[in-house]
Amino acid sequence: MFEQQDPNLIQLNSAGQLKHFLTTEGLSREMLTEILDTADSFVDMSAQQVKKVPLLRGKTVVNLFFEASTRTASTFELAAKRLSADVLNLNIKTSSTSKGETLKDTLMTMEAMHSDMFIVRHSDSGAAHYIASNVTPHVAVINAGDGRHAHPTQAMLDMLTIRQHKGGFEHLTVAIVGDILHSRVARSQIHALRTLGAREIRVIGPTTLLPRHIEALGVTVYTDMCQGLKDVDVVMMLRLQKERMQSALLPSESEFYSLYGLTEEKLKLTHPDSIVMHPGPINRGVEIETSVADGPKSMILKQVTNGIAVRMAVMSMAMGGQMTDHQAERESE
Amino acid sequence: MNIAIRNGRVIDPANHLDQITDLFICAGKIAAVGEPPAAFMADQEIDATNLVVSPGLIDLCANLREPGYSRKGTIASETAAAAAGGITTLCMPPLTRPIADNTAVIDLIEDLAKQAGNARVLPMGALTQELKGEQLSPMYGLSKAGCIGFTNAREPIHSSLTLARCLEYAATHDLLVIFQPQDADLAAGGTMHDDTTCTRLGLSGIPESAETIEVARCLLLIEQTGVRAHFGQLSCERSVKMVMDARERGLPVTADIAIQNLLLTDENVSGFDPNFHLIPPLRSQLDRAGLRHALVADGFQAICSDHQPHELAAKQAPFAATEPGMTGLETLLSLSLMLVQQELISLPQMLAKLTTGPARVLNVDLGTLTPGSSADICIFDPEQEWVLTQENRRSAGANTPFMGFPLKGVVRYTLFEGNVVFQQ
Repeated sequence: MFEQQDPNLIQLNSAGQLKHFLTTEGLSREMLTEILDTADSFVDMSAQQVKKVPLLRGKTVVNLFFEASTRTASTFELAAKRLSADVLNLNIKTSSTSKGETLKDTLMTMEAMHSDMFIVRHSDSGAAHYIASNVTPHVAVINAGDGRHAHPTQAMLDMLTIRQHKGGFEHLTVAIVGDILHSRVARSQIHALRTLGAREIRVIGPTTLLPRHIEALGVTVYTDMCQGLKDVDVVMMLRLQKERMQSALLPSESEFYSLYGLTEEKLKLTHPDSIVMHPGPINRGVEIETSVADGPKSMILKQVTNGIAVRMAVMSMAMGGQMTDHQAERESE
Repeated sequence: MNIAIRNGRVIDPANHLDQITDLFICAGKIAAVGEPPAAFMADQEIDATNLVVSPGLIDLCANLREPGYSRKGTIASETAAAAAGGITTLCMPPLTRPIADNTAVIDLIEDLAKQAGNARVLPMGALTQELKGEQLSPMYGLSKAGCIGFTNAREPIHSSLTLARCLEYAATHDLLVIFQPQDADLAAGGTMHDDTTCTRLGLSGIPESAETIEVARCLLLIEQTGVRAHFGQLSCERSVKMVMDARERGLPVTADIAIQNLLLTDENVSGFDPNFHLIPPLRSQLDRAGLRHALVADGFQAICSDHQPHELAAKQAPFAATEPGMTGLETLLSLSLMLVQQELISLPQMLAKLTTGPARVLNVDLGTLTPGSSADICIFDPEQEWVLTQENRRSAGANTPFMGFPLKGVVRYTLFEGNVVFQQ
């Protein structure tokens, strides 16, 4: 009965350019490809002597991390610095919110400091949408992970890694393995892979770690890893949190490893040219065998390098989208 | 004060009355329908031409937030909202602070309601002390103090033995027990119906079984104890079917559905709008269809608002971090009229779910225009359009997805015990 607008449209400005990056869902294939192309250009740049470009010079980027993170926070910081932005890192978990300040108050304080971009990580699904729809105009919001909902920069760095090694997506069968239920990475990967045209997306895990009706997102469900890995081109492993054992979702790490751990043996079932990915940090001997993690098919460190390029890409694109909007408003005044 | 209400379409579902006629009120009671009583002199005339004259509405679940949560609403503010919505009787869950498990709280609620004078407030008492699910509340004393029934709201009673004893004790004194069924473990951490939308948004789900398992447990213990029982705000098709089956087997059980569950589904949550964060959650399209089917089949007795006003800050956060619930007193009639506009049920059938139906659930002599009964009356224009806005709302809470939504059905007069408590 409500004529609901696509909630993911708030990511785009009036010209259809990116102005926030909250989720891979609802973005066009052209937009995702543009992100990958832009990221590619930054990958080349990282190899050069001078690694900085002035795209965000004079802009203030605030890292708002309401949930602990080391690698995502540091790659965002590095990406912002390579774009010549001023960066403020706030680990809110240990600051204001523990004193009872609401999210809205924290945001208003940050806005009063004339920030231009918020990089947000929060334990609640939808937090990035909430912030994007409540910030003052011209502040770009980049989602660095919200609850179980989305982690779009992680998904795009994965896409970049796949494209570098496989050339494209149309002919690919991709398997996502492990704790799908609690994974924002898996959800963002699924949306991105679908939009980019992957031939088949499989999710593999025990029923306790699969969200209800996940097949509605356009994936095939396998509870048997050996069947699920057959002839796949890309294996994307997920991190297993230790607390899953306590909440009666799994009996033990060793049983999980024997059923869903990626071993050399299981890897033989995949396509001969397959690659292996993991968002990190990895649990050796829980999700993945050490020799696989360090083996020739592993893209794990490549993913980290690509992470900086992808984050530079979405930050510069979102800032560009905000500025186009700003300019259009000025001209119409 | 003598009031004559002239030329309205008088609908009294209890008496199968639906005709254009006059209604006469004398000393707070309905004096006559049709012909005035002998020597009747009206002090006030109300012209109800083209308007519907119905018994005042009865809402089986409205949280008025006082005592304890006056930042969300007060008995004065929320009963004023009720009057504006044509509601003259409200049942209030014991979720106050302190919990309504002692006569002092019940007395306070009744005093505040009397002072406000907008509507009749029927408090529900806590089924267990402090709603902790451990010890019986003093139900007999509370019923003497005015409690209409007893509920543990959605607080768990983990021990089935304790629950059985609560029901046995209530049955001893022929008291009504009201269930808002939800298995606390299955619902733990959940914020919406566990289905595709929930999976996509990455929110924690409340599965159907969180409701149906508790309904099943309660039904078996109702059968064992013979207590009079009511199920409030069922959200799943299967739970309604279970209650309907139990009734057919002769169990003394009734049920109500919140109007939002008859109109909306979990897909409405897709934009993370906290106004759709409700407990019980909005369920699937199939559940909504099942509830609507049960409405047509007369499978439940009442429609309620499940009114839960909040202060602004309670909804200013990411979806899961917001407090659940929506305000509903001012929109209950208009939203229920949608069921008539959608040709699901007739206007008298709809009004029955808001008057005689809930009156029978509570076993009270209200919700009718039978001469001699309390002059609680709602006079409304079923066709007139209106919009609920920040400016015209009377509830302290603005938390409803229907804010700014075009609605049909405007309350013109509300009479409570023969006094005009609202008019526009």
